[in-house]
Amino acid sequence: MTEKQFTITDEAGMHARPASALVGSVSKFKSDIMLEFKGKKVNLKSILGVMSLGISSGSIVTISADGEDEDEAMATIEEAMKDEGISNQ
Amino acid sequence: MTSQLYGIAASDGIAIAKTYRLENPSLEFEKIMIAEPGPEIERLQSALAKSTAELELIKEQAEKQIGPKEAAIFGAHLMVLSDPELIGPITEKITTDHVNAEFALHEVAEMFIGIFSSMDNDYMKERAADVKDVRNRVLGHLLGVKVPNPGLISEKVIILAEDLTPSDTVQFNPEFIQGFVTEIGGRTSHSAILARTLEIPAVVGVKHLMENLEDGTVLIVDGIEGKIIANPTKEELQHYGKRKEEFAHQKTQLASLKDAATLSADGVEVELGANIGSPKDLNSALENGAEAIGLFRTEFLYMGRDSFPTEEQQFEIYSEVLERMGSKPTVVRTLDIGGDKELSYLDLPKELNPFLGLRAIRLCLEMPDMFRTQLRALIRSSVHGNLKIMFPMIATLEEFRQAKQLFVEEQEKLAAEGIPFNEEIEVGIMVEIPSTAVMADLFAKEVDFFSIGTNDLIQYTLAADRMNENVAHLYQPFNPAILRMVKMVIDAAHKEGKWAGMCGEMAGEELAVPILLGLGLDEFSMSASSILKTRSLISTLSKAELVTHTEQILSLATAEEVKQYVAGLVKH
Repeated sequence: MTEKQFTITDEAGMHARPASALVGSVSKFKSDIMLEFKGKKVNLKSILGVMSLGISSGSIVTISADGEDEDEAMATIEEAMKDEGISNQ
Repeated sequence: MTSQLYGIAASDGIAIAKTYRLENPSLEFEKIMIAEPGPEIERLQSALAKSTAELELIKEQAEKQIGPKEAAIFGAHLMVLSDPELIGPITEKITTDHVNAEFALHEVAEMFIGIFSSMDNDYMKERAADVKDVRNRVLGHLLGVKVPNPGLISEKVIILAEDLTPSDTVQFNPEFIQGFVTEIGGRTSHSAILARTLEIPAVVGVKHLMENLEDGTVLIVDGIEGKIIANPTKEELQHYGKRKEEFAHQKTQLASLKDAATLSADGVEVELGANIGSPKDLNSALENGAEAIGLFRTEFLYMGRDSFPTEEQQFEIYSEVLERMGSKPTVVRTLDIGGDKELSYLDLPKELNPFLGLRAIRLCLEMPDMFRTQLRALIRSSVHGNLKIMFPMIATLEEFRQAKQLFVEEQEKLAAEGIPFNEEIEVGIMVEIPSTAVMADLFAKEVDFFSIGTNDLIQYTLAADRMNENVAHLYQPFNPAILRMVKMVIDAAHKEGKWAGMCGEMAGEELAVPILLGLGLDEFSMSASSILKTRSLISTLSKAELVTHTEQILSLATAEEVKQYVAGLVKH
C-alpha cells in the first residue's frame, strides 16, 4: 500500500470541478483508492463521497492506494492535483 | 377543437408547429417488495444506461452551443451516474431488502441530498440539486415517464412552460425552437428578452396555459398580436401561413436598411445600438445593423461558475467584443448583481427586498477588490476598440466619485506597470434611480455620458415590480413622470456638452421613439431585432416637427393620454 498527504490549495476547496478531475483521473485503476479527511474515509472513485466531505481550502487530506497498480495510480493523482491547481505538493 | 388564448406579445413574428411541454412530470412511486432481485437490478441498469446516453448527448450539445466550461456540469452528472458509492448501495438494498429499484434509488440519493443540504456552504448546498437532477432522470426512466430535455429537441416545436429559467434556455437550439409560450412573465422577463435576441416569436403571460394544452398539439403563435391558436382550422392555418410569409418579406425589406445611417425625415442623425448579454449576441447585433453596443451586460461572466472570473478571463472576452465592433462604440456596464441574480460563490446576506438592497455598484464598492479586477480588465482591453464604461444603479454623486476614483487608481497602476491603454475612455452612468434623474444637472458636470435604464427607472419611480402581474398595469413607460425625468436627463447632458442615451426596452418601442427623438435623445439602444424597424420608423419622422409637440406631451396627465396623442401624431 502507498500513502501520501496533500494540502488543498484551491481557493474554493474541493468543489465540483477539482473533485470531478480527481475522481476522473483514478477511475481506470484497479487498486482500492481511499481519501481520508478528519477521520472519515471515502472511496476516491466516488464523486459523491469526495464532495460529501466538504473539504475546504487549507485542509490536509491523506490518500492511499492499495493494489497491483498502486504506484501508477498515486503518480496520476499527484499529477492531477498539480495540473488542476488542487494542491501544490 | 380550435381554441384561442391571449397573452402579452413578447417577440414579433408568427410560428406554426407542434407544442412541447417543458415541465417537471410526476415521479411518484410506491415501495414494493420484490421476490427476485435479478430482474429489478436489470431494470436499474437499463435506466442507468439510458440516462447515461441521454446525458452524453446533452453534454455534447451543450459543448457545441455554450462552450466546454458551461457543459462541465453535465460531466459531473455523468460521474454521479457511475458513482460506485451510489450504485453499490442501491443494488445492495435491492438484493438484501428486496425492495423495488425506485425505492432503493430514492433512499440512497436522499442520504446524499441530506448530507449536501446540511453543509454550511451555499455552493455545496446547491450540489444537492445536482443529485436530485440525476435521481429524477433515472427515476423517470424507471417509471417510463418523459423527463424534459430541451437540449435534445430535434424537431421543430413551440415550447410551452409555466416559466423559463436561464438553465432551460441555455440548452435551446434556435434551429428547432420555433417559438415560446409561457404562463408567467411580461415584455421584460427573461424569456421575452431571450426570444427577441433569438428572433423567435413569443407570447408570455398566458393564463391557464398548461391546463389547456397538451403535448404535440398544433399551435399558431402570433407574437405580433399576443395570441395563440390551438388546433387551428384549415382557414386559420392558411391565413397565418400567409402572415408568416408577409412578416418574413417585411424583414428582408428592412434588411436593406442594415448599412444605412439612422436619419430622421429632416436629416438629423441619431445612433442605434444593441443591448447584448454575451459575445454570442454580437452576430445578431451586427446582422441587424447596430451602430454601437449601447449596453454590454457583464453578469454572464460571473454566472454559472464556482469562483470569480479572473482578470485574464475578463480581458479576453472584453477584447473579443471590442475587436469585433472595431471603431463602433461599445458601452460596457460593470457588474450588476445582487437582487434577482445570486452567485453561488458569493455569500450575500438574504435580503427582504433585494431590489432595494446591496446590489450593482453598491456591492462593487463594498467589494473593491472584485471591482478593481473588472476595471483593470476593462482598461487593458481599451486598446482593442472604442470602449466606454458605465456604472449601474448610481443613486448619489458620492457613489460615482468613489467608483471613478477606483477607475483612476487602476489606470495609474497600469501606467506605472507600463501596460498600454486608451487614456480617453469615457466613463458614464446608468440613470435608473429617480434621485439621479432629478440631480442630473450636477451629475452632468462630472460624468462623460448618461444612459437611461428605463426598465428599472420605471419600476423605481412608480414603485411597481415589473414581474408582479398584480401591479403590472402600474409599470407605465408613458407615464408623464417618466417622460419628464427623461427630459431632465437629456437637457442636463446637452447643457454640459455630453451625450444621453437610453438602453431600456422603451428605446425600441414604436410609440416611444417619436417622443424620445423630440426630446433630443442621442443614442437608442435596444434588442437587436428592433433596430431595423426603428431605423425605418425614424426615417419617417421629422425631428423639428416633433420638438414642437414635446411641451404639449409633457403637460398631459396620464400615460393613456400620452399614448393617444402620439398615436395621432404618427398617423399623420
